[in-house]
Amino acid sequence: MKTFLLPLAVAAVGIYSLLPFLWFVLASWKSPAQLTAIPPVIVPEFHWGFYRSAIVNYGLLGYIENSAIVAAATTVVSIAIGALAAYALTRFHAAWLRWYLLVLLCVSMFPQIAVAGPVWRILDALGWLNRYPGIIVAYISFSLPLAIWILSTFFKELPYEIEEAALVDGCTRAQALRRIVLPLAAPGIFTAAILVFIYAWNEFFFALIILTSPPLQTLPVGIALFPGEYTIPWGELAAASAIATLPLIALTLLFQRRIVRGLSAGAVKG
Amino acid sequence: MKRADRAAVWFVLPSLFLVALFSIYPICASVRLGFYRTILMLPWLGEKFVGLENYADLATDAVALQSLGVTLLFVGASATMEVLVGAGMALLLNESFRGRGLVRAAVLVPWAIPTVVSSQMWRYIFNDRYGLFNFLVFGRDTSRYIAPLAEPWLARAAIIFADVWKTSSFAALIVLAGLQTIPDELYEAAEVDGAGAWQKLRRITLPLLKPALLLALLFRTIDAFKVFDLVFVMTQGGPADATNVLQFYGYKKIFAEGMIGYGSAIAVGVFLISLALALLYIRLIGARVLEPGAAR
Amino acid sequence: MASLTVQNISKSFGQAGVIKNLSFEVRDGEFCVLLGPSGCGKTTLLRIIAGLEEASGGTIVIGDRRVDTLAPRDRDLAFVFQTYALYPHLTVAENLAFTLEVRGAARAEIRRRVDETAKTLGLDGLLARKPRELSGGQRQRVAVGRAIIRHPKLFLFDEPLSNLDAALRGEMRVELARLHKRLGATILYVTHDQAEAMTLADKIIVLDRGAIQQTGAPAEIYHAPANLFVAGFVGSPRMNFAEGAVNGAGLFIGEDCRFDVSEMLPDNVKRGDTPLTIGIRPEDLTIAADGPAAIEGRVEIVEDLGSDKFVHVASAGRGWVARMAPEAPLKPGGAVRLRAADGKLHIFHSGRRIGR
Repeated sequence: MKTFLLPLAVAAVGIYSLLPFLWFVLASWKSPAQLTAIPPVIVPEFHWGFYRSAIVNYGLLGYIENSAIVAAATTVVSIAIGALAAYALTRFHAAWLRWYLLVLLCVSMFPQIAVAGPVWRILDALGWLNRYPGIIVAYISFSLPLAIWILSTFFKELPYEIEEAALVDGCTRAQALRRIVLPLAAPGIFTAAILVFIYAWNEFFFALIILTSPPLQTLPVGIALFPGEYTIPWGELAAASAIATLPLIALTLLFQRRIVRGLSAGAVKG
Repeated sequence: MKRADRAAVWFVLPSLFLVALFSIYPICASVRLGFYRTILMLPWLGEKFVGLENYADLATDAVALQSLGVTLLFVGASATMEVLVGAGMALLLNESFRGRGLVRAAVLVPWAIPTVVSSQMWRYIFNDRYGLFNFLVFGRDTSRYIAPLAEPWLARAAIIFADVWKTSSFAALIVLAGLQTIPDELYEAAEVDGAGAWQKLRRITLPLLKPALLLALLFRTIDAFKVFDLVFVMTQGGPADATNVLQFYGYKKIFAEGMIGYGSAIAVGVFLISLALALLYIRLIGARVLEPGAAR
Repeated sequence: MASLTVQNISKSFGQAGVIKNLSFEVRDGEFCVLLGPSGCGKTTLLRIIAGLEEASGGTIVIGDRRVDTLAPRDRDLAFVFQTYALYPHLTVAENLAFTLEVRGAARAEIRRRVDETAKTLGLDGLLARKPRELSGGQRQRVAVGRAIIRHPKLFLFDEPLSNLDAALRGEMRVELARLHKRLGATILYVTHDQAEAMTLADKIIVLDRGAIQQTGAPAEIYHAPANLFVAGFVGSPRMNFAEGAVNGAGLFIGEDCRFDVSEMLPDNVKRGDTPLTIGIRPEDLTIAADGPAAIEGRVEIVEDLGSDKFVHVASAGRGWVARMAPEAPLKPGGAVRLRAADGKLHIFHSGRRIGR
C-alpha cells in the first residue's frame, strides 16, 4: 500500500506547494492578449514584454535597489550586534541574562501594531522618517530577537572547552574569539544572516508606514501598492513578483539545509 | 568567572538598547496613548487626556467587535489547519525516498515567497475573470464565475487558505524536527511486537509528537495575530469589514485616519492577547530552552 | 619544571561548598594524582589552578611565582582536557603549533618543535589531518602533544584516558608513564580510576567531597588507608568490610565472622562496647585449611578470570569476596572456611584507621 500512497502524497504536496506560484509566474510571460483571455490560457507564449514594462514603467529596479540596500545593511549590523549578545548569553553566568532572553522572546511575539504608532513618532522626532537610517534601524531592532535566538543555538553547540584551551595556549579573550570562536561559528552566523536577510527583504508593515515616497520604497511596498485602481496590470505585477522572489528562492534552494536547521533550531529539544 | 560575567553587560548593551528603544518603550507609549485623544500627524493639536473613554468606545464599537471576531476566527482556523497540513507534510518528509530533497525544497518555496507577492498571487488566482480558482471550479463555463473576494465568507476562507498555504511549511519544519527525535528503535521494537503502520502512528508517533505539535500550534497562533500583508493586499479589510482583522483595523485607525489615541487602545488590546499567549508558550516550552551559559 | 604549592583554596557554587580549604604541594618533577569519585571537586580544583575558574580564597604558587591572580595564558602551564578540546578547524600540525604561534615564536622554530613533538608521540603521518579524521587514541595524543610542545612548568591532566576503550587505556597509561620519565615533568593528574592512580603516581591525593582524605605514595595508600573512604575506594575488587565490636579476649566479633585483633588494638580502645569496622582485602583472605576460621560460609559464585579466581562467599546473610589462585579447588555451592593473612587486617573506629 505504501508504494502506492507515497508517490500520490509526493505529487499532492508538490502540486499544492508549487502550482499557485507557477501559475502566477507563467502570467508574466503571457502576451497581453493571453493575459486577458477568458477562460484563462495555460501555456504562455514567452513574451518578455511585461518584464520590460515593469522595469521601465513601474520603476522595478528602484525598488530592488532599495530592498537590497536596506536588507544588506540590516543583516550586517543585526548579526554583529546579535552575535555579541548571543555569545554573552551562552558563555556567561548571570541571573539577569535569563531575564534578557525572556524579554527578547516576549518582544518578538508582539504584533507590529502594538509598537507602530510610537515607533513612527520616534523616527519622526529623529528626522528619519522616509529615509534609509530610519527603516534600517527599525529593522535591526525587530530582527534582533530572531538573530540572537538562532545564533545562541549555534553558539551553544560550540564546546566552551575549546575556548578554554585557547586561553591556556596563550590567547587573550579577544584573540580566542577571533581565531577560534568566529571560524567555528561561521556556519551558524551565515545561517542567521540568511534568515535575517529574508526577513528584511520581505517585511511590509513598517516599510509601508515608514517609507512613504516611491524613490525610497522597498519591493514589498512597491508590489503591494502596484498601481491600478480599475484594471490591475497583472502582467507587470507577475513579472515584478517573479523578479522580487527570485533571490529568495535562490537563497532557499541553495541553502535549504541550513535554513531548515536554523528554523527548527531550538524548537524541539532532542 | 565573576570578572568576566560583568563584561557580559557590554556584549548585551547594543541589542538591549535597540530593543528597549523600539519595542519596550513603544509598548509603554502605546499603553499611555490609549488614554489620550490625539491625531498622529497633527501634533500641534496637542493631546487630550480622556481616561478610559477610548476603551469604553472600543467596547461598543461594532466594527471593533466584529474585528475581534474575525481575528479570532482567522487565528483559530489558520493555526489549526497549518499544524494539520504541516504535520502531514512532515510525516511525508520523514520517510526516506528518492527525491526527498526536492520535495523539501518544494515545501519551502511558499515560505520563501514574500508575503505581499503571495498575496497578489492569490488575488490573481481568485480573480473573478482570469483566476485559476474559477477555472478549476467552473471550467470553461465563464457565466458561473464568481468573485470570491467580494463575498464575506468566501473572502475569509480565501485569506485563511492563503495564510495556510504560505506558512504550513514552517509548521512542517517544527513537526519534522520533532519527528526526527523519535528514535528508530522504538519503531523497530513495535515492529517486533507486531504493530502495523497505523498502530505505530497512533501509539508511538502521535504521543511523542505532542510537544512539537503544541509548539507549532503556539508559534502559528501567535504569528496569526500578526497577519496584515494578506489583508492589505487581498481585501483591504473588506468586503464590508468581513476580513477586518484587528491589526489591520488598528493600522487604519492610526495611519489612515490618524486616530493614534483610539488606535493605540486597539493596539494595546491585541498586545495583551499576544502577551497572554506568549507567556503561556514560555510556560509550556520555555524553561529548559532558556538556559544561558549552557555551553559550559 | 617547577613545584606547585596550593594553599587554603576554597570554592563554593552559591551555597554549596565544593572545595573546602585545601592545601597541598607537588614537588618539582613529581607525578601527583588527584584521585576521587565524580563530584568530589577534583576537576574544579584543577581548573582553579589553571585559572579557568576563580577560587573563593587561597593562593597558588608555581615555582617561585604566585599565579592565582594571573590569566591562564600567563601561568606557564598546560592543560589536557577530558574531551581533548582540539581545534576542529585546524590540522594536527596547526593544533600543535597554535600555542607557539599565538605567543609569537619564529616560524622555523615552530616547524622544528612540531616535527619533534609529532615524532615523540607517533603523530608524524597525521600532521595534515583534521581532528575529526582521527581515532580517539590519536586525538588524545594530539592533546598531549599540544601540552608538551611548549615545555611549560606544570602539566595539568583532566581525566585524559576516560574516553578511551579499555585496551587503549592500558597502552596510553604506559605511554604517559614513559613521557613523564623522559620529560621529568611536574604533573598534576586528575582521575577517578584508582588503577591509573596506582600505576602512574609518585604521590596520590585522595579527595572526597572537596576535602583531602589522604596523601601518600601509592603503596602507602593501598596498604595503610587512613579512613573507610580511602580503604573502600582504592583496590579492586573492593575491600571487604564488617562491623562489630571487640570482646574482652581481644576477639573481634562481627555478624558472621571473628578475627583475632588482640595484637593490633591500641590500649586506649575499650574492649566490649566500642563499635569497630574491620577491613580485609580480597587477596588477603585465604582458605583456612585447619585451625580457626574467621569466616565460614558457602561459595555462591566463582568468577574465573583465567589469571585469578574471584570467589563470592555467602555467610549468614552477607557476602565476602576472596581472590584465589586459578587452581583453587572451589566450586559454587561448596562449603568454605576463610581466614585473614597475617598482618593484613585493617581496623577502623568512627571511620578512621586505628592500630597497626
